[in-house]
Amino acid sequence: MNKLISSSSPHITSPRTTQKIMRDVLIALLPAGVASVIIFGLRSLLVIGVCVLVCVVSEWAFEKICKKDNTVFDLSAVVTGVLLAYNLPVSIPLWQAAFGSLFAIVVVKQLFGGIGQNFANPAITARIVMLIAFSGTMTSWTFPDGVSSATPLSLMSGGNPEALPSYTDMLFGLHGGCLGETCIIALLAGGIYLIARKVITWHTPVAFIGTVLIMSLIFDKAPLYQLMSGGLVIGAFFMATDYATTPCTKWGKIIFGIGCGLVTVLIRFWGASPEGVSYSILLMNIFTPYISRLTQPKPLAGGDGR
Amino acid sequence: MRLKGIKVPHRKHTANSVPQRIPLPKAVTIPMSMHIGKPCKLSVKAGDHVKVGQIIGLPDGFVSSPIHSSVSGTVKKTEIITMTGAARTSAAVIETDGLQELCEDVKPPVVTDFESFIEAVKNSGVVGLGGAGFPTFVKLNIKDLSAVDTVIINAAECEPYITSDTRTMLDKAEYISKGIDLIQKYLGTKRIIIGIENNKKPCIQKMQEIADSKSGVIVKVLPSIYPQGGEKVLVYNTTGRLIPKGGLPLDVGAVVLNCTTLACIAEYIETGMPLTEKCVTVDGSCVKEPKNVIAPIGTPVQNLFDFCGGFKAEPKKVLYGGPMMGIAVPSLDSPVLKMTNAVIAMDEKDARPPKASSCINCGECLNNCPLRLDPRKISKALKLGLDEELKKQNADLCMECGCCAYVCPAKRPIVQNNRLAKARINKYLSQQKASKEGENE
Repeated sequence: MNKLISSSSPHITSPRTTQKIMRDVLIALLPAGVASVIIFGLRSLLVIGVCVLVCVVSEWAFEKICKKDNTVFDLSAVVTGVLLAYNLPVSIPLWQAAFGSLFAIVVVKQLFGGIGQNFANPAITARIVMLIAFSGTMTSWTFPDGVSSATPLSLMSGGNPEALPSYTDMLFGLHGGCLGETCIIALLAGGIYLIARKVITWHTPVAFIGTVLIMSLIFDKAPLYQLMSGGLVIGAFFMATDYATTPCTKWGKIIFGIGCGLVTVLIRFWGASPEGVSYSILLMNIFTPYISRLTQPKPLAGGDGR
Repeated sequence: MRLKGIKVPHRKHTANSVPQRIPLPKAVTIPMSMHIGKPCKLSVKAGDHVKVGQIIGLPDGFVSSPIHSSVSGTVKKTEIITMTGAARTSAAVIETDGLQELCEDVKPPVVTDFESFIEAVKNSGVVGLGGAGFPTFVKLNIKDLSAVDTVIINAAECEPYITSDTRTMLDKAEYISKGIDLIQKYLGTKRIIIGIENNKKPCIQKMQEIADSKSGVIVKVLPSIYPQGGEKVLVYNTTGRLIPKGGLPLDVGAVVLNCTTLACIAEYIETGMPLTEKCVTVDGSCVKEPKNVIAPIGTPVQNLFDFCGGFKAEPKKVLYGGPMMGIAVPSLDSPVLKMTNAVIAMDEKDARPPKASSCINCGECLNNCPLRLDPRKISKALKLGLDEELKKQNADLCMECGCCAYVCPAKRPIVQNNRLAKARINKYLSQQKASKEGENE
C-alpha cells in the first residue's frame, strides 16, 4: 500500500532559505574583499581567511560540545568572519584576529542561543572588544605596503585636514583604514545587490547615512568625507541590517538608522574617538527590543475601531 | 488600502482545460460529513437501491446540509471511514449500475419568496464550495436583511493550480448571472461585487459582461496576491471593512459567496439537480496530463488521476485543494467531497516538508501576515505556555493562510505552531469563561 505523507499546510514554501540569504550577503561582500586585496595587498586575504576559519570552527566546535544542531552550513559564521576581518587593519596580528573571531562566535553569538538569538552584532562587538584589548595594533594603519598612514577621520579630528586624500581616492578606498571599509564603490555595489535581492531594505542604510549627511551639513564637518570615511557605508549596509540585532519593521528600521547616525556623529564630532560607527550600532542593538516594541504593528483584530 | 499578502506561483496549467466527465466509477463512497456542522444521518441501508439525486443523508441539527446520491445503483454497505485529519465519519458505499437513473424527486423547486428560496438552497445540498463547506442556506438565512448592503462573489481563486472556479466563470457564466438575479430578488441586496484576481483575463471579461447587463453589480479586479480569496482579505479589499475577530462578514454588512456555490444554487433552482458532481482540477508534479474533470461526489481520487493519464512519479502526498491551504488525504481511496475543488498529487521532492532550522529573526512572517500577527511572539508564548500572552498576541485571529510559513527562510512549521496556539488559547478562554460563571453563581 502506497504510504502518503500527511503534513500541515502550506505544502509549498518559497525558495528562500537562510543559507541563500547568507550566500547573498557573501556575494555582496565580495567586491569589497577584492578591493581590499588590491589596496592593502595579499595579507588582507590572510586576515579574512583566518577570521572565517576560526569563526566556522568555533561555531562547529561549540555546537558539537553543547550537542546542538550543526549550523555551519547556514553560512552565518562565514559572514561573521568576513565582516570582522573587514573591520580590522590589514596589519593585525593573526592570533588577535583569531581571538576576535572566537569571541564573536562563542561569546556574542552562541552563548546567547546561536543564530537569531544574539542581541548584539557579533562582528561589531568583537571588534570593539579588540579595540579595547589590542588598542595599539587595532589602530595602526599601514597603507600601502608598509607605509603607515592615518585614517581620514583621524586626520580630520587631529586637525590635519590638508593631508586628506582626494574625493576619488576616498571613493576607491585608497587611504588608511580597516581592510574592508575603505572602498566605497565596492561596498555600495554590494549594498545595492542586497536591496535588489530583497535581503535588506533601503530603510536602515538611507536613514543612517542620511542622518550623518544632514548632521555634517548642519555642523559644517566636510559632509562628503564624513560619508566616505570610517565604517559608515559598510556599517549602514552590512551591520546595521543584521536581522537578529535590529528591528524588522519599516519604521523600526528608520528609527534604528537615525539613532545610529546620531550616535555616530556625536562620537565623531565631539567624542574622544575619531570613529563611532561600531559603537553606534552596538548601542542601537541594545535599544532594538524597545524600538521593536514601539513599532510593533497591532494585529487586525477589528472591533475596537481599527 | 489593501491587506498584505504574498506572491505565490500561479501554476494555473489547467485554466484552458474544459472539464471532461470521467467514466462512472464502479463504486462511490459518500461520507456523511462534507460540511461544517453536524454530520448527516444516513437514510439508506445496505441493499437499498438508490438513484441520482436521491437523498441518502438527512441533515441532523440546524447547521447541516442534506446529502444526495451521485449515482444510481445499490448501497453495498454503510461503514465508518477515516477522513482527513484522522476524523471518522459514516459513509455509504454505493455500487453503480451504470444507468444513472434520475430520482423522481429531481425537479425544479417552486421559489416565490425569501423563505422558499432559503428552502431551495437547503434542499440543493450546496455548501461553501470555496473549500470551507459551511452550509449555504444557513449563511443566507439572514434575520435582518436590511443589515446587509453588499454581497461579494468570491472569484479570486488565489491558490496555486486550482482553476475550477475559472471554469465555472467561463462555462457556467449564465448560472452565475441567474444566481445574481436570485440574490437581488430574494435578498434585495443593493450592491453585488464580483472580486476576481487579475490573472484571469477571460473570466474578468465574462464577469464584466454580466455586470454590464445588470444594475448594482460591479467587478472588482484585484492584484494576484495570495490570500486574496480569503474571506477577511476579500471583504477588506473590496469594501474597506474589517471583519472583527471571531466575527462574520455579516458583522460588517456583507455576505461572501464563492462563484461556484452561487452557480450551483442557480442550477438547482432551474433544473432541480442537487449537488452531486463536482468540477475538480487534477494537477501536481506527479500528474501526467493535468486536467479539469467532472466527477460524481464520492469518486475515489485515484479514478481522477487515472483519467489524467496516471502518475509519472510515485505520489507521496495528495491534497484536497491547493498547496497553500489544502489538506493531505490519508489515501488514494479518499472520495471527492462536495467542497473538493482540486486534487493535487505531489512527488517525493514536493511532498517532503523542508527541514526546519533556527529562526533567524528576520521578521518576514510578521511583515507578510495579512492580519499583522507576529508568529515569533506566538511561538515563544506557546513554548513557555503563557496563555495570557497568547491572548495578547491575538493568536486566535490566525486564519492559517500560510503566508508566514511560505516566506520563512528557516522553513519553520509556523502554521502548525499557530494551530497549536489557537487550540491552547481556545481552551484557556473557555476555562476563563467557566471560572467566571462559577464565580457568579
